[in-house]
Amino acid sequence: MKSATGKRRYTVIGLLLTAVMLFPVYWMLNVSLTPQQDMRKSPPDLLPLHPTFEGYRAVLNDQMPYLGTSLLIGVGTVVLTLVLAAPAGFALAKLRPPGGGFLGLALLVAQMIPGIVMAMGFYGIFLDLGLLNSWWGLIIADSTIAVPFGVMIFTAFMSGIPGELIAAARIDGAGTFRTFRSVVLPVSRNALVTVSLFSFLWAWSDFVFANTLDGGGDLRPITLGIYHYIGNNNQEWNAIMATAVVASLPAAVLLVLAQRYVAAGVTAGAVKD
Amino acid sequence: MTIARIDRRAPRSPARPREAATAAPADGLALRRHRRRRSRLTALAFLAPLALYLAAFYVYPLYRNLDLSLRDYTVRSFVAGDAPFSGLDNFRTVLDDPTFGPAMRHTMIFTFVSIAFQYAAGLALAVFFNRHFRLAATLRALFLIPWLLPLIVSASTWSWMLNSESGVLNYALHTVGVAPVDWLNSPHWALTSVIIANVWIGIPFNLVILYSGLQNIPGELYEAASLDGAGAWQQFRRITFPLLRPVSAITLLLGLVYTLKVFDLIWIMTKGGPSDSSSTLATWSYQLGFGSLLPKFGPGAAVGNILILIALVFGLLYIRVQRRQEA
Repeated sequence: MKSATGKRRYTVIGLLLTAVMLFPVYWMLNVSLTPQQDMRKSPPDLLPLHPTFEGYRAVLNDQMPYLGTSLLIGVGTVVLTLVLAAPAGFALAKLRPPGGGFLGLALLVAQMIPGIVMAMGFYGIFLDLGLLNSWWGLIIADSTIAVPFGVMIFTAFMSGIPGELIAAARIDGAGTFRTFRSVVLPVSRNALVTVSLFSFLWAWSDFVFANTLDGGGDLRPITLGIYHYIGNNNQEWNAIMATAVVASLPAAVLLVLAQRYVAAGVTAGAVKD
Repeated sequence: MTIARIDRRAPRSPARPREAATAAPADGLALRRHRRRRSRLTALAFLAPLALYLAAFYVYPLYRNLDLSLRDYTVRSFVAGDAPFSGLDNFRTVLDDPTFGPAMRHTMIFTFVSIAFQYAAGLALAVFFNRHFRLAATLRALFLIPWLLPLIVSASTWSWMLNSESGVLNYALHTVGVAPVDWLNSPHWALTSVIIANVWIGIPFNLVILYSGLQNIPGELYEAASLDGAGAWQQFRRITFPLLRPVSAITLLLGLVYTLKVFDLIWIMTKGGPSDSSSTLATWSYQLGFGSLLPKFGPGAAVGNILILIALVFGLLYIRVQRRQEA
């Protein structure tokens, strides 16, 4: 059976490639468990033979407020994004509003604007309004990463909802808003999950806005927690890497629980079905 | 991040049922007109929050940024808001700055080298995973991890791996007899270092898009080709690569738009240093505006606006290609 052994060879090569690709992730885990005195050992320990949890203890002691803030900002960004993007997507997909085509183009262009430029503009505005270093200011800024993407996903998805479904709701006497809430939203579950997932992940991972707009606030996100760890140059790399591991958990959880939504989001921009 | 768009090929919504059918012909017309106006208003009501949001949190920050780049700001006048208008002075300052040339060059090298490697690796992996062996789907999913990690996580992990004394990469080089490289602290290697990390982050994106592009190539083509005696390389060159061209174009253009604006990774790993050897337009702009105790908001914003212009050129090219493919 030539083809069976051939396929097995592919699996072996695939495993090797994946191991190489994920080596940095493994190394992050390994370093997070390495005792401080072994950190600069040469050669480095390739396996955590003497694992220590000092790093993770440091996370518990120092980083819990940052993690809480990131959770708050992530959830806030998801809510804001959904509230803005879902109705707009419905309108663009089904209500044929005047100026819809222009808005679609504007959203596409909006996604190409570099984050630092937005950050600089926001800095000026937030300074005027006294919003610097506030958590909800950061939610507004973070939502700009996800809202255009969200509208696009909702529009594409809701265009596929059969017109009969909406017509049936109307015949039953539902107004546009009722139709949207009780018919369109429930069948758009996949789009809701995809948009929520990405807006959470982007807000959780945001560094540019956090560093520019919330550098000195009481509630700072985990990305700044890690950044200050590195900046303080305390050289406690097990603590830094342990924080990095914890900060990666949402990504890992989402990949396990919602892998097909992730792939859907990545390809949303590029491939026609 | 990914750029989403409205799929114009999605089925258009069928026309709404003719309301007039239920009404008497005479007042049917008036009723229909009334309904049409109401439905327009409803549509606008659904769009209004988004439109207000875009005006307040996209257009206005961009306007502020443009305004910043056209005025002579100091810290005091930034707070007071009475900086004098200075026309294109900031742009002139920036273009005459000795950092401009290198920053522009680094931006181009960073972008094009990153994309070349990401695309090549992504394509090779996509073809490989298209063989449908056992565990292929699981391993392909695992390849997404680098793309999903927060950039600060990837950047700090790579920083430690590339550490010149204790980094694992130098240890690996040592075992094959190569002298240690001063990755992040030497002006010769800093740009290479951030490119390596960026390629790693970008491979998953290329893999996923190119892989789903491969799914649209009919399997019969390969069967026919192998009946004609075409080997794997021939099949790739004569079938896969040409038929994947539209998807490749989109992938590369999207990659360009993303990579031009990469900031976090470089800032966290090298801050554009040492002595600007890895500074790009993005990091330089930030450096000018926020990187020192004496911020130069005007020139910083000017660099940012130049970056927007470059991104828009590629962005509009992307939109054109996308539209043409759908036509």
